[in-house]
Amino acid sequence: MAKLDLNRVPMPRQDPKARGKNFNEVALGYSPEQALAEANRCIQCKKRNCVEGCPVEVDIPDFIKALREGDMPEAVRILKSKNALPGVCGRVCPQETQCESVCSLNKMGAPIAIGRLERYVADWERRNKGGENPKPTPPPPTGKKVAVVGSGPAGLTAAADLARAGHSVTIFEALHVAGGVLMYGIPEFRLPKEIVRSEADFVTSLGVELKLDQVVGRIATIDELLADGYQAVFLGTGAGLPMFLNIPGENLNGVYSANEFLTRVNLMKAYLFPEYDTPVKLGRRVAVIGGGNVAMDSARCALRLGAEKVYILYRRSEAEMPARHEEVENAQEEGIDFRLLTNPKRFIGNEQNCLVSIECYQMELGEPDDSGRRRPIVKEGSEFTIDVDVAVVALGTTPNPLIAGTTKGLETKGRGTVVADEETGRTVKDKVWAGGDIVTGAATVISAMGAGKRAAADIDRYLTG
Amino acid sequence: MLKQELVPNVHLFKIDAPSVARKAQPGQFVVIRIDERGERIPLTVADWDREEGSITIVVMEVGTTTHRLAQLGTGDSIADFVGPLGLPTHIDKFGTVCCVAGGFAMAVIMPIARAMKEKGNGVISIMGARNKDLIFWEDELRRVSDGLIVTTDDGSYGRKGLVTEPLKELLESGTRIDRVIAIGPTVMMKYSSFTTQPFGVKTIVSLNPIMVDGTGMCGCCRVEVGGETKFACVDGPDFDGHQVDWDLLSARQRIYLDEEKQSFEQWQREQAAAP
Repeated sequence: MAKLDLNRVPMPRQDPKARGKNFNEVALGYSPEQALAEANRCIQCKKRNCVEGCPVEVDIPDFIKALREGDMPEAVRILKSKNALPGVCGRVCPQETQCESVCSLNKMGAPIAIGRLERYVADWERRNKGGENPKPTPPPPTGKKVAVVGSGPAGLTAAADLARAGHSVTIFEALHVAGGVLMYGIPEFRLPKEIVRSEADFVTSLGVELKLDQVVGRIATIDELLADGYQAVFLGTGAGLPMFLNIPGENLNGVYSANEFLTRVNLMKAYLFPEYDTPVKLGRRVAVIGGGNVAMDSARCALRLGAEKVYILYRRSEAEMPARHEEVENAQEEGIDFRLLTNPKRFIGNEQNCLVSIECYQMELGEPDDSGRRRPIVKEGSEFTIDVDVAVVALGTTPNPLIAGTTKGLETKGRGTVVADEETGRTVKDKVWAGGDIVTGAATVISAMGAGKRAAADIDRYLTG
Repeated sequence: MLKQELVPNVHLFKIDAPSVARKAQPGQFVVIRIDERGERIPLTVADWDREEGSITIVVMEVGTTTHRLAQLGTGDSIADFVGPLGLPTHIDKFGTVCCVAGGFAMAVIMPIARAMKEKGNGVISIMGARNKDLIFWEDELRRVSDGLIVTTDDGSYGRKGLVTEPLKELLESGTRIDRVIAIGPTVMMKYSSFTTQPFGVKTIVSLNPIMVDGTGMCGCCRVEVGGETKFACVDGPDFDGHQVDWDLLSARQRIYLDEEKQSFEQWQREQAAAP
């Protein structure tokens, strides 16, 4: 057996100084030589832990094998047969806690860079317009109609699998483009919108009908969809409702929810204002409150919009931060100032109702709480202020209550999540499935895709069984 | 779409949108986007025709989007038309309802007055504008009202003065008013609410903060009502006018004044440069 190669090929990235001033993608992607070198490190284990580590069960060793044999169309085929959104997943999945964490080489600290290879294959296909792959032959139509509500990761995945099973699928999307959080939430420099568009186009190329600008719950209720001839409905509407701190001054001008800030910047392209009509306040000094990926995205957007100083205010320490390590590192490299163990007490405004500063508490860590992380406790008398003109509240999101509020017979629990079986996605309401953030609360793209996939399989069993 | 100029700078658009028309109710709004570069703006529906499958909106030229919209004509289309959004106006048999409209809101008060009338209420309407040239739909509103008072700021038509004056007289006269619906510019809704407050008559206003998605996703449209933060897009747009924090609403409507000016000036330059 050849000697193990533990030299993981690093991802080329834009220089931190330069990238802080543009919205171009930070990670540049492997060259063919780099991809081949990384693929060659894979030892093609018999026991395929990586496949089990993937929520959508991509046949990882097989696509890597095809890649290194130079058969790119085959690599694409293998990847896309399980994952309709490989260009997205290759960029935003937390591989370090999934497929790569169970890679045999991880024991030696050098797991195969599966995400980077996945991205390489997806990008190759897009550049080569589908390669030499013939369009997959459409399956015989079953004559069954399924409605998918929401075109984010869960909805697109469920729709793709249901279409491949021969069902007639219609996606109802509330916004004016498909992709959900991939379009409005994740910034261009981490996930170029062109990639989302092209992967959503792939899903419609499978025969899925996409209806944009359709707010289900208003334009039609779930029961009306069922009465209208849809035999099953999948709810993949995500967690779109922003949480606020509920402290004084939160409605001052200049205080944004991360959802609003990112929607303006990403979906509405406020970074191109006034060429695009939607504005966003360009803060000179910006504070982002929170420690997750959305907080990192918001801070890095603010920097790129031209802020002189961008803070992350997080109430615990770096060890408890929910953001991916890679994103924290990116933000630090770009010069984001992390103020840890810091929690806002109130927002302070001027006479025009505009934000001028935030009064904060210093925090300290106590005993672990329900989440297993050490609980932050206010240090009495530790108040201090930070001068900022824009603040972005990135505390997380909960499901939008519109669907649950307009659908009889759906069960919800804490913070408005819809109750559904984890394995099948079945809700307590007949003919209605749900998956992704609407069930789990805000989580990851890939876990939503996994839920979409499992629900699609169960819907298929239900429709054909 | 079908377009018609009602009065100078105020345009009626009849938009072909059957699925929205099927569901629209008084007080609800739509979000529109003209094209790829356009912003999303909310507009309250003025009317609908379920059979024809059309929604009527009335737009006043104010900023970039509304000016761009005004350049479109019959037969044109826009990229996005989302709705119906927001909670419908609460229509019930209250007794006598006074519908007060300021400026081009005379368009959106019409379906509310009509629904109130159909529900068996007595309807007294008050409509006001700056001058005679800005009055429209007077006959339409008269048809669904038991009484109609028209005011103009300069006295060029109807009574001279603001809508709050006949409203106050009506309340003082002892005429039984069970509910007031006041829709128009923020300052008009604010003073209508102040006018009715001493009389203890429930007053519903339709708030118009800045919005982005209009579906409860962003919180841009935060307003404070009775000391609580609400999202106007999903909790409203109708609220109890006596509970609204009007100063906050006015301040939040001014967030982007500089950017709106910059955007509009750029649009004007583009227009001047166009052949």
